[in-house]
Amino acid sequence: MLWLLLLIPTAAGFAAMGLRNPAALRRTLLPAAAAAHTALTAMCWAVRPEPVLNGWLGLDELSLLVLSITSGLFLAAAIYATGYLRREPPRKTDFQDGGLFTDAPEARFVACLLLFLATMTLVTLSRHLGLLWVGVEATTLASAPLIYFHRHHRSLEATWKYLLICSVGIALALQGNFFLAVAAKGSREVHLTVEHLQAHAGQLDPVWLKAAFLFLLVGYGTKMGLAPMHTWLPDAHSEAPSVVSALLSGALLNCAFLGILRVHALMGAAGLGEFSGQLLTGFGLLSMAVAAVFIIEQADYKRLLAYSSVEHMGILALGAGVGGLAGMGAMLHMVNHSLAKGMLFLLAGNILAVYRTKTALQVRGLLQTLPVTGPLWVAGFLAIAGSPPFGLFVSELVILKGALQQGQTAVAIGYLLLLGVAFAAMARIVLRMAYGSPAGIAVDPERSRGAWAVVPPMALGAAVLALGLCLPEWLQSALTEAAAAAGVR
Amino acid sequence: MTTASVSNVLLALLLAPLLSGVINRVKAVFAGRTGQPLLQPYHDLAKLLRKGAVYSRTTSWVFRLGPVAGLAAAAACLTILPIGGVPAPLAFPGDLLLLAYLMGLMRFVTITAALDTGSAFEGMGASREAWYSMLAEPALILGLAALAVHTRSVSLSGMLDGLARGELAGPGGPLLVLVAGAFAIVLLAENARIPVDDPTTHLELTMIHEVMVLDHGGVDFGFIQYAAGLKLWVFSGLLTGVLLPPLTGWWPLDCAVGIALILAVAAAVGVVESVMARLKLARVPQLLVAASVLSVLALALVLR
Amino acid sequence: MPAALDILSILLILANLCLLGSSRLATCIRAVALQAVILGAAALIANRGELDARVIVIAVASTLIKAGALPWLLRRAIRESGAVREVEPFIGFTASLLWGVGLLGACLLIGARLSPHAAQGSGLLLTVALFTTATGLMVIVSRRKAVTQVLGYLAMENGIYAFGMAFAIQEPLLVEMGVLLDVFVAVFVMGIAINNISREFDHIDTDRLTALKD
Repeated sequence: MLWLLLLIPTAAGFAAMGLRNPAALRRTLLPAAAAAHTALTAMCWAVRPEPVLNGWLGLDELSLLVLSITSGLFLAAAIYATGYLRREPPRKTDFQDGGLFTDAPEARFVACLLLFLATMTLVTLSRHLGLLWVGVEATTLASAPLIYFHRHHRSLEATWKYLLICSVGIALALQGNFFLAVAAKGSREVHLTVEHLQAHAGQLDPVWLKAAFLFLLVGYGTKMGLAPMHTWLPDAHSEAPSVVSALLSGALLNCAFLGILRVHALMGAAGLGEFSGQLLTGFGLLSMAVAAVFIIEQADYKRLLAYSSVEHMGILALGAGVGGLAGMGAMLHMVNHSLAKGMLFLLAGNILAVYRTKTALQVRGLLQTLPVTGPLWVAGFLAIAGSPPFGLFVSELVILKGALQQGQTAVAIGYLLLLGVAFAAMARIVLRMAYGSPAGIAVDPERSRGAWAVVPPMALGAAVLALGLCLPEWLQSALTEAAAAAGVR
Repeated sequence: MTTASVSNVLLALLLAPLLSGVINRVKAVFAGRTGQPLLQPYHDLAKLLRKGAVYSRTTSWVFRLGPVAGLAAAAACLTILPIGGVPAPLAFPGDLLLLAYLMGLMRFVTITAALDTGSAFEGMGASREAWYSMLAEPALILGLAALAVHTRSVSLSGMLDGLARGELAGPGGPLLVLVAGAFAIVLLAENARIPVDDPTTHLELTMIHEVMVLDHGGVDFGFIQYAAGLKLWVFSGLLTGVLLPPLTGWWPLDCAVGIALILAVAAAVGVVESVMARLKLARVPQLLVAASVLSVLALALVLR
Repeated sequence: MPAALDILSILLILANLCLLGSSRLATCIRAVALQAVILGAAALIANRGELDARVIVIAVASTLIKAGALPWLLRRAIRESGAVREVEPFIGFTASLLWGVGLLGACLLIGARLSPHAAQGSGLLLTVALFTTATGLMVIVSRRKAVTQVLGYLAMENGIYAFGMAFAIQEPLLVEMGVLLDVFVAVFVMGIAINNISREFDHIDTDRLTALKD
């Protein structure tokens, strides 16, 4: 089963690279592989598969959660992408400077999307920290061509920044892995698998373990988008096609967070949970602060969503760092954020196609121009900003309650303050886009006509709404177990 | 003060001009010419000593002190330099600093003599010489310090004597190679050789050392040439002492080998001058900093 | 015979200083390739006692890829981008060299404190591993051209690999191969990106890529 989870996207990816014509076959391959992957993941919820490869690949509650989010979001994105690729004209005019540009070959795009899914699956499935590292670096390499889909100079600049910053960060994480190996040197026969390390946690050298956590936090934190290592995030998310942005924000950042959580769990088992928790909380607050500052008066609405991702990654880190009830809240928040952010990015793609501009000031009267996307956009904003009845309100409230329960009042106050600032800043921009009259703006509503453009975001939005209204019992227990596996209980 | 050490000094005084003859001959061979006779520098010195001199009215006693003091300093270095494993006649603990300072004194009087003429060219050469020597000095002193720590002696004779036979292949080998590399670069810089300075250039704007002594003539110039030969002898002796410690215990053979090595170093300088071009003036500081880095590396290795 | 590892370590230091102080791109590429060769030799020497297939395969594969394939990729990227073959740093070469010496001093101090934990006889190798990683970071930060940033990344990877060697950490073969493959594909993708950058912008100076900012 686990092998299938890995092999299906990989095989589909290579097949897509080989399938130059017909394009229709390639476009059905993408949602088909995504649907198969989601079906397999759903089966894993029912019957947990056994670990394979000498215990290196396996699923526990936490990785199953992340895998499900990834798989579900990829399915929605795949359906959207199929219609998107059908609609995209081969040569386009760049709306910012009027130059002509082309897109990368579609075969490469579809192949890289599927390989991206395969590498993210590898990250969630691996129980060996070295293999996890290989998977995270592989996600960087698989997603770099995706960012450079629209071949103009700004996306190239974003791709270069993404490649270099993430590669350097992940190299630091490799150094952290080696520190971990040195920490385990004292005891004989300690492999870097999660089970082994947890079992021998007491025998690990604390100084080396702390150094390892620091490097791994900075390294995987670069990939996750924690400030001050987040500088690649706004550029990459704003220049990539919206499908890719949705996947980057909703799936990739979670996978990087998974890496950090594994080490955090190890620190907890070794008795250094307070050290790692404080570091995580610090980085979380810093990310929220930086994001809030840059959301104020943000001109580009896709960059706005990117900074919102930084903020929510900060919330996740804060929740994990505080621990206790907040840890479970962080798990719920992971689910909610991925769904809401994916929805928003897909809608942003619609807006971009219709209004041909990325500047928020030049978009007005969304509710009138796009009768479905407009209201969904406002709903998505309400969701991501954390207002009821959407799911993020619940998860943010749980994190707040957890922080207060743990006695971290200062952290809770900072958290609330920054949430408020971000809410206000984002509201101003988004609502100005939605309301008003679209008179005098050149729009092209045909570009996003079709079920493919609205059904996936609608489905994601409905899921967030459902999670906000009621949290089913099986999901709550799954989240609690995941939090326990992440060492944040 | 043994016969061996005194004979070393006398041989040095005698053979120093031969070094520039060897260099010129090697360069000529590379260029496909026959070149000057090996003993040409002696004939030049004899000619210069017979000449009179004209002194400019803008100069003072400083100008006349330059060549004399320089020669005295260079000759004094000979008394503390060991060759072929024979201790120098006036060796004492700490004489490595004296060596550096005598070289510095020689440089100082040359620079002041150049500035004393009031000419623009000399001033330019003087400033360049001061800058490059300042950069080369850490390389020399740190290299000597590394050697001193390694052999636990602060006397040049003690240091070069303390290097065991076959040390180059022993545990101190890398250290010696690094120090020798640094000293080689310092030798080229201090003696105004390519790639730092071209001794045969006739364009004043490109000169460093030659332009400082442009206004000296006759006996003064003879003194300067001779002192330059002695300086090259001293640096070559230092380099060969680091690279090849004494082989046998019998001092005549060791001294002969030492002197032969010094002549070999002169030949090597000739080869370097023939195959390399001169560096851009802005690149010379990088080369000298690289030499200093080699010395620092040697010191760090030995202090570890 | 001085410990072979010590000689290799000193050569590695010189290669790093060469990387920091050289102004020609070709020399920098050769310096990084030399690092890989030295590390391959060190891997074979350090495990002199227990040379098995795994060690040989990893050492040979990593040397071939890092000293052969990757420099070839980078040279091709430079040639096709038609870039000026000089390095153009933010801080001068002399300053870079002096900073390098400062970093070496710091690494010596740190290495002295950590060396009790290291494997037998690799105290200097540990210092040099830290120095190589620091040099890589310094090159990434202080150079303009995209190619030198890739070289800095490679130097970082070499330094981390040497660190693992100094502590005799035996990663499983699959992970080692995975890391090597990742580095290879990373440099491959970066090379393609550099070609695209040079075609779009007519230069490969990353500090002139300033269109995206807040």
